[in-house]
Amino acid sequence: MELEAFESAIIASLRAALPLICAAMGGLLSERSGVVNISLEGKLIVGAFAGACIAALTNSAWVGFLGGAGAGALLSLLYAVFVIHFKANQIVAGTAINLLAMGFVPFLSKIFYSDTARTPQLPLEARFEFFPYLFVALIVILIKVWMKYSVSGLWVLFAGEKPAALESSGVSVVKVRYFSLLFCGLLAGAGGATLSLFLSSSYTRNMTAGRGFMALAALILGKWRPIPTALACLFFAFADVLQGKLQGVVLFGERPLPVQFVQMLPYVVTLIVLTGFVGRAKPPAALGSS
Amino acid sequence: MRFLRPIVAAFAGILLGFLVTLLAGENPLKVFAVLAQSAFGSPYDFGMTIFYATPLIFTGLSVAIAFKAGLFNIGAEGQLTMGALACAAVGIFFPELSPLVAIPLGIFMAFVGGSLYGFVPGYFLVKRGSHEVITTIMLNFIAAALSSWVALNLIPNPASQNPESRPVGNAFLLERYSFFQDAPVTAALFLAIFVVGVCAFLLRKTYLGFSLKACGENASASEYGGISTSRTKILAMVLAGGLAGLVGVVEIMGNSGRFRLDFSPGYGFTGIAVAFLARSEPLAIVPAALLFGALHKGTLDLDFEFSNMSRDLALVLQALIILSLSADGLWSKLIKSRAKPPQNSKSIKEGKS
Repeated sequence: MELEAFESAIIASLRAALPLICAAMGGLLSERSGVVNISLEGKLIVGAFAGACIAALTNSAWVGFLGGAGAGALLSLLYAVFVIHFKANQIVAGTAINLLAMGFVPFLSKIFYSDTARTPQLPLEARFEFFPYLFVALIVILIKVWMKYSVSGLWVLFAGEKPAALESSGVSVVKVRYFSLLFCGLLAGAGGATLSLFLSSSYTRNMTAGRGFMALAALILGKWRPIPTALACLFFAFADVLQGKLQGVVLFGERPLPVQFVQMLPYVVTLIVLTGFVGRAKPPAALGSS
Repeated sequence: MRFLRPIVAAFAGILLGFLVTLLAGENPLKVFAVLAQSAFGSPYDFGMTIFYATPLIFTGLSVAIAFKAGLFNIGAEGQLTMGALACAAVGIFFPELSPLVAIPLGIFMAFVGGSLYGFVPGYFLVKRGSHEVITTIMLNFIAAALSSWVALNLIPNPASQNPESRPVGNAFLLERYSFFQDAPVTAALFLAIFVVGVCAFLLRKTYLGFSLKACGENASASEYGGISTSRTKILAMVLAGGLAGLVGVVEIMGNSGRFRLDFSPGYGFTGIAVAFLARSEPLAIVPAALLFGALHKGTLDLDFEFSNMSRDLALVLQALIILSLSADGLWSKLIKSRAKPPQNSKSIKEGKS
């Protein structure tokens, strides 16, 4: 590849990584506090949709962004009520939340715009130009510092590793997990909003395309730590961009390189990490216990 | 009580779902009438409901068998893709076989394709300790990409613009019953019901079934009692994969006669709802699958009947049913007299708290 093409690929990967990093950071908060979160996909979907709707309504990317984050938080709180309060199985409830988002968003879209496939095109002034880069960089560093140096950060870690110890020191595990899930929803919703307000100019159906699961994979690849997770997101985004660029490119012989193999690369890498052949991933000890 | 709760929960979920239609400014009763008409209104409609329910029987069983062994199979979607691919491949490479050989062979390959793909997470779980939920999610994506490559590069259909494989030999096609007019209801339905019977027998009367359940109830106790839990867990995933793979029979041999990319409208995920509603009881899987099949078929017509409603209501209904079923804590609060569950019981095991 020529240098210029390489540069543009790097920038494209940075862009593509933004929603992934947002969702993965949300997942990190949730899973470090001991709550498995396979519903990141659903939060991305509602974030993307609410962000686009509200931005179209108010003609402001900022309000749209906040709206997307808020919608993600609402969905996350619903999940929290079920898994924390009603003691629902976290994987079952997570699957249901994803289904709910997948069904409810086109349902609403049909009511608002008589179209399940897309929201109206946003004008340039209702889209972001640079802000999401800043936001994401800030969030990763903030989470890293906060988890390491603050008391409340430590609470989250304890809720995930030894909830009983946290409880006996007088801090409510339930509250810590509620707050973690709230912030998880805010971040994942914001990630969805970057997808519709920055990476493209409207919400289109299936635009999340499994990014929530990819974020989950990145979280595991990054071993539940902020900076490695963000790097894993960058790697996945790069693979994603590469797959687009390699479409139809002939590398060896006369047959074009099958894009499907580039497509599955992130998942294969995660699988290899999961199976512990390269640097074993160890989840928080109390993950999934309620 | 055991039988009542899932029914009440499903009912509550459906009720909530119909209330959602108020958001669209529609009368829920009218929506219900359209749904019922579209799912059961004519032999053709009923046939389509059965056609959608049949794969759900297989994926429901797949999730249920894994549940019984204490495992969570989110990978039915990938396993059914691989089963269908294997089934299509054998039909494409050996088109000249006699139906007497072809049909059992197709069924066998669908099972084997799925079970090999179920073996992978089972093996990783036992040998490397990788959680089956995450590995099966990853494997779903890998299956989608891999099957797309195989179908479009190794067995492509040059005569078609659609992303699909070549058609299989005629011997592999099952006959459609004329009663259902054009709906693709075939012997695959009876295969599904037969497999339900086999699973029920397996779980109740055989050593394998016993060890599956023991492994799910209390792994360390069953290990102490001489059951190899690693072997049982791998077997459970192999079985689960094979059952999901049988969806290939419904699609390839019973419907399209070729491997179409993305042919499954999420059968694997709906299978989770089916298994959950049926409390992982094989015999209860049939009515549960029929309910979700009817919801799927019923909502397909919403787009035509209402200007501001779409078929996506099916997903909302599914989600609400699962949520109301999963709210163990809520139910025990509502029913005060219930005995406390044992401390170490995980609700994942068929959710009977």
